[in-house]
Amino acid sequence: MNIAVAIDQIPQDELPSASEAGPAPKRIVVAYGFWIFLLSDIIMFAALFASYAVLVRSTAGGPTGAQLFNQTTVAIETACLLVSSYTCGLMSLAINSRRYLRTYLGALITLVLGAMFLSLEIREFLGMIAIGAAPQRSAFLSAFFTLVGCHGLHVALGLIWLVVMMVQVAVFGFAARVQHRLLCFSLFWHALDIVWVGVFTVVYLMGVSS
Amino acid sequence: MNLLGKLDWNAIPLHEPIIMGATGFMVLVVVVVLGFITAKGAWLYLWHEWLTSVDHKRIGAMYCILALVMMLRGFSDAIMIRSQQALAAGGAQGYLPPEHFNQIFSAHGTIMILFMAMPFVVGLMNFAVPLQLGVRDVAFPTLNSVSFWLTASGALLVNISLAVGEFSKATWWGYPPLSEMQYSPGVGVDYYLWSLQISGIGTLLAGINFVTTILKLRAPGMSYMRMPVFCWTALAANLLIVAAFPVLTATLAMLALDRYLGFHFFSLEGQGNQMLYSNLFWVWGHPEVYILILPAFGVFSEVMATFSGKPLFGYRSMVAATMTICILSFLVWLHHFFTMGASANVNGFFGVMSMIIALPTGAKVFNWLFTMYGGRVRFSVPVLWSIGFMVTFVIGGMTGVLLAVPPADFQLHNSVFLVAHFHNVAIGGVVFGVMAGYNYWFPKAFGFKLDERWGKASFWCWLVGFYVAFMPLYVLGLMGMTRRMQHYDNLSWQPWLIAAAFGTAIILVGVVCQVVQLVVSIRNREELRDVTGDPWNGRTLEWATASPPPAWNFAFQPKVAGLDAFWSSKSRAQATKDEPTPTRKYEPVEMPKNSATGFVTAFFAVVIGFALIWHIWWLAIVGVFGAFMTLLAFSFRRHNEIEVPAEEVARFVRSHQAGVAA
Repeated sequence: MNIAVAIDQIPQDELPSASEAGPAPKRIVVAYGFWIFLLSDIIMFAALFASYAVLVRSTAGGPTGAQLFNQTTVAIETACLLVSSYTCGLMSLAINSRRYLRTYLGALITLVLGAMFLSLEIREFLGMIAIGAAPQRSAFLSAFFTLVGCHGLHVALGLIWLVVMMVQVAVFGFAARVQHRLLCFSLFWHALDIVWVGVFTVVYLMGVSS
Repeated sequence: MNLLGKLDWNAIPLHEPIIMGATGFMVLVVVVVLGFITAKGAWLYLWHEWLTSVDHKRIGAMYCILALVMMLRGFSDAIMIRSQQALAAGGAQGYLPPEHFNQIFSAHGTIMILFMAMPFVVGLMNFAVPLQLGVRDVAFPTLNSVSFWLTASGALLVNISLAVGEFSKATWWGYPPLSEMQYSPGVGVDYYLWSLQISGIGTLLAGINFVTTILKLRAPGMSYMRMPVFCWTALAANLLIVAAFPVLTATLAMLALDRYLGFHFFSLEGQGNQMLYSNLFWVWGHPEVYILILPAFGVFSEVMATFSGKPLFGYRSMVAATMTICILSFLVWLHHFFTMGASANVNGFFGVMSMIIALPTGAKVFNWLFTMYGGRVRFSVPVLWSIGFMVTFVIGGMTGVLLAVPPADFQLHNSVFLVAHFHNVAIGGVVFGVMAGYNYWFPKAFGFKLDERWGKASFWCWLVGFYVAFMPLYVLGLMGMTRRMQHYDNLSWQPWLIAAAFGTAIILVGVVCQVVQLVVSIRNREELRDVTGDPWNGRTLEWATASPPPAWNFAFQPKVAGLDAFWSSKSRAQATKDEPTPTRKYEPVEMPKNSATGFVTAFFAVVIGFALIWHIWWLAIVGVFGAFMTLLAFSFRRHNEIEVPAEEVARFVRSHQAGVAA
């Protein structure tokens, strides 16, 4: 008798528990996989945070955080990013109800706020470099530029991703895989917020208090 | 501005006969292989069936082939290290100048860990895990192909370093400040950095893929406590990949920033911190060891249960031990540098944690022994590797516990005692494990068994060779010999080193036997053919389908009601064999479509890596743009799936059944 058939002949009277339910649907699998990716990304940030914490006092006679950080700029940056997370959430709602105009609008505002955040951050970086506080100055500044810059790089990639996704919405409409990708994008965008909360606390708040 | 960055004709070491000989041999092999493919007219077949395949079985096989090829490369480095040290005693300098010797041991470590053991383990998981879970593929098949090709890109860069430029002279862990620009101005460390970075990203993606596959894609009825132990160990290993590899990525990125842009993470100027690198590196590096050994434990568990004809003893304790090791592996990294100068309490904590790992590992060894106890053990090749492993690994584990005692470690640190210890667990554990897995799953992958006689010869040569090669290093370590010596004055060491070199020669015979085994098996494949799909009387679902399995793995979705799903279904089939077979209606199967994304992305990854190594900035930009466009093109593809018609599925099942009946 055919074994492959025999395996199928097991009586399935009782309802299976969740872990016995068989392969999950595509949407769950995609989102779950992306969660795992986000966790790994957060671990990468953890390594950068740890390095920053080790090197924060290694200023080699150069400027310290208290001398460099401008809290007003950072507050505006934070506001931009947090509001962009809110508009990203509105975009997700629009996607779920399949409204094109609201989706584009939500994406546009998210994009503009993200770009504002980035330009403020770049201005902050250029200003520091101009007064000699470049990453080559000390281990502290190396760690600062790398940690904050890595977050900024993520934001920049997120913006490119968002533009690509809007093109995909225009081309494919709300096809299943476009929706899956938009779901991943919003997870990504919110995760960047969480990382920023860490940056804001560990780098800027603790930096000016000491 | 120089268009080619630092690259010029001086990069090719024409004045080094040994390197040029090795390069010439490598080029010759590549030309012969390419010529053979062309002569057979197999390019289209290769492109459609392998290079662009997203089938987890094909990708798994390619990982293992990559690993076997890199093993030959890493092993030739080993022969050179051992023969140099056997010769260079007293006033003698041997045949390898220091700068070449330093590259050889750095390349040996890098290749063996990241381009031999890693691809082999990931390859076995790729091949076996979806089959054991009773599903058609991994969660993200195209991503799987990208992972493989990125790993291959890293391996290619290491091999390019042989011919163009040099490899790192700063060991496989690249401690600063030696690996900083100031002390390693050549391109060697850059080759090391970018090949690890590229293949590391590939491994991370594979880890994400497998965690998702194991947790979200299992046959109906397969709850966690019904998963085969190999799937559990694969889950543990991939969780470790996801949790550890990002740290490697960050650490290597920091070292790259130091080298390329003059940052001060680990440099001597600007208050950089060298021990920060050591800590970060081993936060990745120690879990990495368990990423390699846990799947090997899984292979031994499958082999022991199958060839003893008994269920695995202590399945639950095996799972618990695996997950315990998974967690503990993150709490021991400091034992790689007890001599850093941390306080006694810190060293004490990490020493105790390191020793504790021996407990779950010991539980596993007893489980394997009790699995064999009372069973009808068939002493075929995978079992020999497994028994060889148990004896060897226990010895290696005990020397590991010795090293975990901080005061003892202060004496043994950086001595060849340590080299003996980690080869004892790496060869006795990982290599024996992948060899057991290779012999165990080969018939499933290719439809014919490997030759037993040559397999046994290979095992005995490896086992005996291992002891002859590495036991002298324990003695030498206690005699005070440090690692990485290009030459030495103490003549009393030489006899031991000659013995070690002799052991390496025995292992070489073992490697030759393996190559012969493969050739002989391919030649005699008709006699070794496995028509049933179940050559070993297996217990898990991969043996429920044909050998080699069709692209869709299972004609019908298997349903699982307990541990050892295939074994129980065979018992049931035996009990009901007089009843008529119910006829089943075949349904079309949806399969992921082939994609060149992985191959093309990896091509651009090589371009990026090579350009960054040689400071050819414009080419790096071209590479980044190319890789981005490739991924963009993939994301705009309209159809990612093809449908295999029901008739084709039915035809395959009928021909398989006809083969079984005959």
